[in-house]
Amino acid sequence: MATTVEQLPSPDQERPIGFGRLRRKEDARFIRGKGTYLDDIRLPGMLHGAILRSPFAHAKINSIDTSKALALEGVAAVVTAKDLETLGLAWMPTISYDTQAVLAGDKVRFQGQEVAFVIATDEYIARDALPLIEVDYEPLPVVVDARKALDPDAPLIRDDKPGQVDNLATPTWEAGDEEATERAFAEADVVVTRDIMYPRCHPSPMETCGMIADFNPKTGQLDLYNGNQAPHVHRTVYAHVAGLPEHMIRIMCNDIGGGFGNKVPVYPGYVCTIAASIVAGAPVKWIEDRSEHLTSTGFARDYIMHSSIAAKDGRITGLQVDVIADHGAWDSTAQPTKFPAGFFHICCGSYTLDAAHVKVKAVYTNKAAGGVAYRCSFRITEAVYLVERMVEALALEMGVDPIELRMRSFIGPEQFPYETTTGWTYDSGNYAETMKVAMEIAGYEELRREQAEKKARGELMGIGISFFTEGVGAGPRKHMDILGMSMNDGADLRLHPSGKAVVSISAQTQGQGHETTFAQIVAEELGIPPEDIEVRHGDTDKSPYGLGTYGSRSTPVSGAAVSLVSRKVRDKARLIAATMLETRPEDLAWEKGRWYVKGDPEQGATIEDIALRAYSGEELPAGMEGGLDAQIVYDPPNLTYPYGAYICVVDIDPETAQVTVRRFIAVDDCGVRINPMIVDGQIHGGLAEGIGIALMELISFDSEGNCLNSSFMDYLIPTAMECPEFELGMTVTPCPHHPLGAKGVGESPNVGSPPAIVNAVIDALRQGYPDVTHIDMPCTPDRVWATMQGRPEPPQ
Amino acid sequence: MQVTITINGEEVTREIEPRMLLVHFIRETPGLTGTHWGCDTSNCGACIVHVDGEAVKSCTMLAAMADGREVRTVEGLERDGRLDPIQEGFHEKHALHCGFCTPGMMMASRALLDENPDPTDEEIRTAISGGICRCTGYQNIVAAVRWAADQEAAIKQEA
Amino acid sequence: MQTPAPCDYERATSVEGALAALVEHGPSARLIAGGHSLLPMMKLRLATPEHLIDINDLDELAYIDRQGDEIRIGAMTRHVDLLRSELLAEHFPLFADAEEVIADPVVRNRGTIGGSLCQADPGEDLSAVCSAIKAEVVIRGGEGERVVSMDDFHVGPYVTAVAADEMLTEVRVKVRPGAGSAHEKVERRAGDFAIAASSAAVWITGGTVADVGVALAAAGPFTIDVARVGELMRGKAPSEELFEGAGEVAAEDCMPMADTRGPVDYKRHLVGVLTKRALRRATERALEQEA
Repeated sequence: MATTVEQLPSPDQERPIGFGRLRRKEDARFIRGKGTYLDDIRLPGMLHGAILRSPFAHAKINSIDTSKALALEGVAAVVTAKDLETLGLAWMPTISYDTQAVLAGDKVRFQGQEVAFVIATDEYIARDALPLIEVDYEPLPVVVDARKALDPDAPLIRDDKPGQVDNLATPTWEAGDEEATERAFAEADVVVTRDIMYPRCHPSPMETCGMIADFNPKTGQLDLYNGNQAPHVHRTVYAHVAGLPEHMIRIMCNDIGGGFGNKVPVYPGYVCTIAASIVAGAPVKWIEDRSEHLTSTGFARDYIMHSSIAAKDGRITGLQVDVIADHGAWDSTAQPTKFPAGFFHICCGSYTLDAAHVKVKAVYTNKAAGGVAYRCSFRITEAVYLVERMVEALALEMGVDPIELRMRSFIGPEQFPYETTTGWTYDSGNYAETMKVAMEIAGYEELRREQAEKKARGELMGIGISFFTEGVGAGPRKHMDILGMSMNDGADLRLHPSGKAVVSISAQTQGQGHETTFAQIVAEELGIPPEDIEVRHGDTDKSPYGLGTYGSRSTPVSGAAVSLVSRKVRDKARLIAATMLETRPEDLAWEKGRWYVKGDPEQGATIEDIALRAYSGEELPAGMEGGLDAQIVYDPPNLTYPYGAYICVVDIDPETAQVTVRRFIAVDDCGVRINPMIVDGQIHGGLAEGIGIALMELISFDSEGNCLNSSFMDYLIPTAMECPEFELGMTVTPCPHHPLGAKGVGESPNVGSPPAIVNAVIDALRQGYPDVTHIDMPCTPDRVWATMQGRPEPPQ
Repeated sequence: MQVTITINGEEVTREIEPRMLLVHFIRETPGLTGTHWGCDTSNCGACIVHVDGEAVKSCTMLAAMADGREVRTVEGLERDGRLDPIQEGFHEKHALHCGFCTPGMMMASRALLDENPDPTDEEIRTAISGGICRCTGYQNIVAAVRWAADQEAAIKQEA
Repeated sequence: MQTPAPCDYERATSVEGALAALVEHGPSARLIAGGHSLLPMMKLRLATPEHLIDINDLDELAYIDRQGDEIRIGAMTRHVDLLRSELLAEHFPLFADAEEVIADPVVRNRGTIGGSLCQADPGEDLSAVCSAIKAEVVIRGGEGERVVSMDDFHVGPYVTAVAADEMLTEVRVKVRPGAGSAHEKVERRAGDFAIAASSAAVWITGGTVADVGVALAAAGPFTIDVARVGELMRGKAPSEELFEGAGEVAAEDCMPMADTRGPVDYKRHLVGVLTKRALRRATERALEQEA
């Protein structure tokens, strides 16, 4: 379809049939408090689970005595690793082909690890029972610092794995051309080297993780209520782990209170809940509290990066990166199988480098496992942060304006499709144009003047830039799978005789507005009003197989599937219309919602008429089955490559070192925008998360492995007070291979904003402290102050 | 112990353990699950309801402490089939994504407008600062409350 | 979510009744007011009182009044009422400074001054506020009332002079001429406890500092009353140099501990800056009053 910018409706257009600003269909239940989140579901006879967790980061378990807990009135059972062993469920695979303990049997490997699972008649009693379980721990030395995990004297964490002799989680993974990169550096005019850390943070959606398992011993049917981001894959995992027949498992996600990558993995609590329901023969509900969520479920990032960047003749020419990835006690990072460091090798960014080389080494530590993509496509956030910090450092060293250096080094619009030195094929873009739009909104020259005036008065104002290119919409089946499952998505469209439609998709909303956006896609393709289209998702019995929603893949993959399945229906409708109009299909032309006879536009059939005909007793084209349905599985030919130019303005209190984000300008190019209101909303949300990560969100540990940020008292998420009024702009470069020209967007603002903020902080500090060249996140007041004192140390 | 709490105008009586949190009472007894919980430390605001007209975090109050009091929850915003302007505003301005924080945000906003019908953006931000939203970046929530305030001002002027 | 351990509950209808219940149930009983310190600790099971005495119905303890040369604040006065009190805004504007940054508006609807003071969290703002303005507190028990200074009230970290069978009923502050006050706080994020905070009050007569009080929150194991600032400033004309000097004294006298909010040196530095700022603002306000 030739969607061009000119054809797009304005963002203010109301009630479009197709693309444009459309208020969300799903709002109706949410604004009335009628959503159905996990804890809202109560089944008859339901029992409640609670998990006893390890207070130690590393300790041998000598014994577990559950007798006192079992004696408490209302306690139905206490499950330990021993019980699970008899069911073959003591260990389970991670999504990265490692194993993890469901309940700790031999020893605990991080603070917060699952040790026992109590089942009781209510949640209060289940929690009363936890302190009654007596566990004899024998503390062992801990490894907290990933840099020391491979020291010869480091205690071995994964002694459960045959042949494991050290704490190396995955063999060193490389991308790019090492020799060519060495050459580029040898020939460079300028080389800058930095140690850059992307600290551990946590997606922490507002609804924590949990499950209700309802096993029916009579039929063998297992119903699972569980808000996750990939229900079909979860079902496959349960089938494999528990040896249950996949067709007898049904997962219902219902409404999900946010995911942000955290709800991609299968967690031990889920397996415990399933086992408990099978053992108890009753439905069992388990929902973690916030501390459990922060200390045991998938964290994000934790990349320790050593990098050098080179320039020659005023242009960026080479990049070299060495990464230590802290995976915690298990390798359960969420990435496609063939990419152990995710898409980190997209760290060449938006520039025409001569060469780049990337090395990533992953280690085990006595910390919770994760490495999930916190609103990010598989380590792209780390990659973008690295390259945008390095480019800034290079500009500083060269004495060039940071925008000027980027402009000189951008991939030109004529170079697309562009093959990067680390093996990506960027589909489309006009980077300089987008950068200019951002400069215009920001009033860049004026900001620099203001900054100079303020400097003269002793004030610290900073302007930070970032320009990102992302690869989202994983992915082509020839390159990408998760646990062997191709990263494709299905769509199933049924038009009813009245012309109303149900479209079932394999992507699963956690707030992204699928019920509206995907209805708009069908509306655009078939000309049916969006309110007449019901979007079904999140129930494995009612939706086609697919890999789910994360890494901004819904619109690129599932959106394409919905577009193409609609076109399949439209094509069938054309044949039926030809019969109805007694003409040949090739003599018909399409306008939104109607096939008509070329040259005689009065003669036509609406999609509603055609739908009725398809189910009626009247004549259909020869050999055609009745009905107006279609099904598809979409295999994307490539990722989509959204990009954006971000400018951040900060002020720092010179005395207290507090950072205030005064302005944030975000110009995103995500191709064609299906619902601009939802796109803008996604950008707002990601920017707020970026502010959180850059300024306050941190999961840290003391030397004993105690988590220091285990509640919302200490894991700080921005409130309305820390977020400015965001200033958004856009350019639209349609994706050439996506049927709608759309690219993903959800994660872009989270990916793009941290480097802009940190670059702004450094720029501000340099107004008063010209020796400052670096600070690691989060830029909390104490860490900014330490940087002023010449001590820019990474967080613990 | 037995408690009686008037929730959205209806008296609800139940025998409870004294330790029961108000948020659980509201969610379990009349089954009004629109009031959520998202933390254990009074930080997230997903559980905000009105008790005797005042915004309160219902995870940090025992049901026993609400005995004999009036509670209004998100389900009580809509009256006689008419949405509250705050609810309309959240829909109009796309002030919700996943919807989980929304009830708390709306109850905090409703309490603000009850007291201050014409708040500044800064006052709106302060009023909702006891809640955390992971999805919206707050900008559209501020716009939604502003929209509701304008709507109510217009209604008043007409009357 | 986290849930409290089992406990009993009763609702007091009078101060006498509450005191009688405390006596009856002994040390395992606790008063509950706003509940925003106690309930989260009960959910974590760090606090496991067996008997809760709810004093939220004691309207007789919710007031901010002037009586003679004193302002009296009932223990059940909520944060929101301290924030909005015109009487306090006129005489002790540091209450509003502090209340704007204590937790969030919804928490402020419930939390009380009595609860805050009795929690005696070293990071809590109102203890510093009350110390700086040289407030006294009224403690009532079976034997009657006693009035103690803030100094005597704070016995140690999380420990006050209020015995297990007593309750705090009132805060009293003398209204003296030439007063100005301010509270300065740096927090990691809106609603957080302070990284450090400084409360300052000055009383200026005839262009010189007649009296001064500076107290610090989150700057040591308990609320710190920086007595040496008095020695430094009394009898002198207020000046930027003097504020700076007072800041230095406060930075020296505080006893911060390193935690997730920051290291000791940063906290010391902050105490200096915030004390200077608080004194500067307090003095401006005092002089405005005089003018």
